[in-house]
Amino acid sequence: MNRPAFLASFERFAAPGRLVALVGTALLLAAPMLPWAYRPALDDMTFWFAPSPLQWCGLALTVVLLACLVLGWVVRPQGRRSLGRRLNFNRGARAAAIALLAFVAVVLVASALELAGLVALEPGGWLALAGAMLAASGVLTLPRGEEPTLRTLRSPAWLQILGIVLALAFVLFVAAYGLDLDDPGAFFSFGVWAGVVVWVAAQVGLLGWLSTAAGQNRSVLVLSAFVVAFVFPFTQNGSDANMSIAAGVLIFAATAMGLNIVVGLAGLLDLGYIAFLGAGAFTAAVLSESAFATIGWSPPFPIVVLISGCVSALLGLLIGSPTLRVSGDYLAIVTLAFGEIFRISMNNLDGTDGPNLTRGSNGIPAIPNLDFFGFDFGSPHDIFGITIGRFANYYWLLLLVMGLIILVFTNLNRSRIGRGWVAIREDERAAEAMGVNTFGLKLLAFAGGAFLAGVAGSVKAHVDVSVTPDQYIFLESAFLVAGIVLGGMGTVGGVLVGATVLKLLPEKLRFFEDYRLLTFGLLLVVMMRFRPEGLMPDERRQLEFHDDDEELADEVADDVAAHRVGSVVEGTSAEPGSGATAKGDHR
Amino acid sequence: MLEVKDLVVAYGRVQAVKGISFTVEQGQIVSLLGTNGAGKTTTLRTISGLLKPVSGEIWFEGERLDGVPAHQIVTRGIAHSPEGRRLFPRMSVEDNLLLGAFTRRDAAGVRQDLDRVYGLFTVLGERRNQAAGLFSGGEQQMLAIGRAMMSRPRLLMLDEPSMGLSPIMTQTIMRTIADLQAEGTTILLVEQNAQAALQLSDRGYVLEVGAITFSDTGAALLEDDRVKRTYLGVDL
Repeated sequence: MNRPAFLASFERFAAPGRLVALVGTALLLAAPMLPWAYRPALDDMTFWFAPSPLQWCGLALTVVLLACLVLGWVVRPQGRRSLGRRLNFNRGARAAAIALLAFVAVVLVASALELAGLVALEPGGWLALAGAMLAASGVLTLPRGEEPTLRTLRSPAWLQILGIVLALAFVLFVAAYGLDLDDPGAFFSFGVWAGVVVWVAAQVGLLGWLSTAAGQNRSVLVLSAFVVAFVFPFTQNGSDANMSIAAGVLIFAATAMGLNIVVGLAGLLDLGYIAFLGAGAFTAAVLSESAFATIGWSPPFPIVVLISGCVSALLGLLIGSPTLRVSGDYLAIVTLAFGEIFRISMNNLDGTDGPNLTRGSNGIPAIPNLDFFGFDFGSPHDIFGITIGRFANYYWLLLLVMGLIILVFTNLNRSRIGRGWVAIREDERAAEAMGVNTFGLKLLAFAGGAFLAGVAGSVKAHVDVSVTPDQYIFLESAFLVAGIVLGGMGTVGGVLVGATVLKLLPEKLRFFEDYRLLTFGLLLVVMMRFRPEGLMPDERRQLEFHDDDEELADEVADDVAAHRVGSVVEGTSAEPGSGATAKGDHR
Repeated sequence: MLEVKDLVVAYGRVQAVKGISFTVEQGQIVSLLGTNGAGKTTTLRTISGLLKPVSGEIWFEGERLDGVPAHQIVTRGIAHSPEGRRLFPRMSVEDNLLLGAFTRRDAAGVRQDLDRVYGLFTVLGERRNQAAGLFSGGEQQMLAIGRAMMSRPRLLMLDEPSMGLSPIMTQTIMRTIADLQAEGTTILLVEQNAQAALQLSDRGYVLEVGAITFSDTGAALLEDDRVKRTYLGVDL
């Protein structure tokens, strides 16, 4: 194989580079034992020999770096099935060192910002920075090597399930600990740490193995994800403030998931989706037992949910049937306008300009809490000695709504209808020639998505206590779309991640509220440039954005085949090879 | 089986098809020949409902077809493999084929036809989970034909199945078309490759700027001087 000359010269320095990195690692190991700051900043990093939580986080990453450096030295990548090929330690070391540099830098900058400036930093912090810089410059000389192939390892089911459980336990830990961090700097640093841990896992090859394991144990994954989401309130020590944020994230994520059917599957860009959430919320508010409700009829909540969904779906049909005949940009413009029309109409249905339905900009306040069979959502309950407050109650209800929407989404995605949607997204005319009723299917996506938003809205009305038109502005629709794009269109996991990031960051990082739009705009531009398929892309989507990459295509095809058959073929699947020979025969 | 009467189709004010009439009988292979812009593709697209005719009638198995929406035409028993194949490049081979069977509800029958297509085109079966866009031109054409077969059509309309293919690949495709006819499928073929098409055809129609100039049996057209000069490139 021809290697560029400069690469060879780099590799000559591999051994010194590794030594430099090891020295840096040693400094990084020592640094948490020293104080980093003069006064408590992010967390209390002022003690000798008593690392703070954030310092422990750094220490954990350092141990990973050390392990990668040593193992990369000892284990040679010989043979395609060797450990060195399965796991790429050099890539892991690179990622870990760079991640540590980023993490330490963020911690130091955040500390300096919260304290008097750089003078407030103690030698420990500088030592950590020096160590991280040494390690990072050292690992840059290491050869990168090939993609790790742990993904294709055949492993026993118990190990896969264990891996999934451990990964989800990590997610639970990150979510529970992160949400409880009140200090913005600490929260941001911890967020960076969680992000880089995932990145390092991806570089070593662990993430690939996990995704294979998840693909083969889908029910285990779903079940344990649900359990993690379910026990989450117990980790918050009865803090209702935290749970209110969590409930807000869930509402946002559930709405984004509904929009994901419209945008991600059917490819219809809807920029006014928030209006459907609003329609559901207003319907539920008007039909509630609030003293301000303008209709004197308040049916039981399950019926309200259905009515809310239907009202939204009806609006969807109304707006969809004339506009879905046009395509692309026109639809985006019309839906954008529809969102604004909805908000303005809700403002104007106040009795002076029209019938009094929504009480105008005052909205409908004092929406009473739900009460199912004597279970009052408004009052706290003690379970296992932990107080489950009002928002935790609603969190569980929202979890149910979320489960419903995900269920609808995944079933549609796999169904004949889902295939029709994807075909419409790919080539509408060709889909029509195949006998796909394109208009009908698009309308179904539109109205179905609206129905789910209406359902989510009906719960949101009770969570928020009051419903006003200014909660349903265009910006919210834009954020919903941004969440989907950020995470990965047409996926469940990606949209969950994207929605969580977009909703959680502004909640926890109040100080950057003024720069929220700027930051998200930048984030999206960067994403479009470097990872247009989203953080957790759909396999099909990945191809869409990198369709010149044949290797990736084979990989994706193998993955899909493996998922279908239910077992992973060892190494590279035999299929592409035999396909290639058959191809040769025909030529 | 299929009867087109005085069909006029226009793009805006430009008439692409100017009142053509032709018939396709049960079990035949019928070719529409003509240069670029003669209106062949327009005719097929009108039959499959993707374009609305200005005037004229289309009858299929005794039922009026013009005005029926495109997605219902497939249900009536007509499949259209459009010009340029129009596969779904990022969907897998199997998904492409299943889309061909979109209108069908009999899962077992679809499974059976899937196997039939994989039997006919072994490459497709071997690489059924790969994205269609990664296949060579000939393989993509096989997939396009396979996809059209998946609706179990009684009339299969193929638009330039040999376009961009090597001579050997063209032969394979033409042999497949003959096989399909032997199985009882009626075929309406649009081809630039007049030689290959006429050898198979029971009947051929020659279109020039939107009108049928003459028609005859395939064998007779192969011997016709006008056809030879214009479409077979024979210097007389």
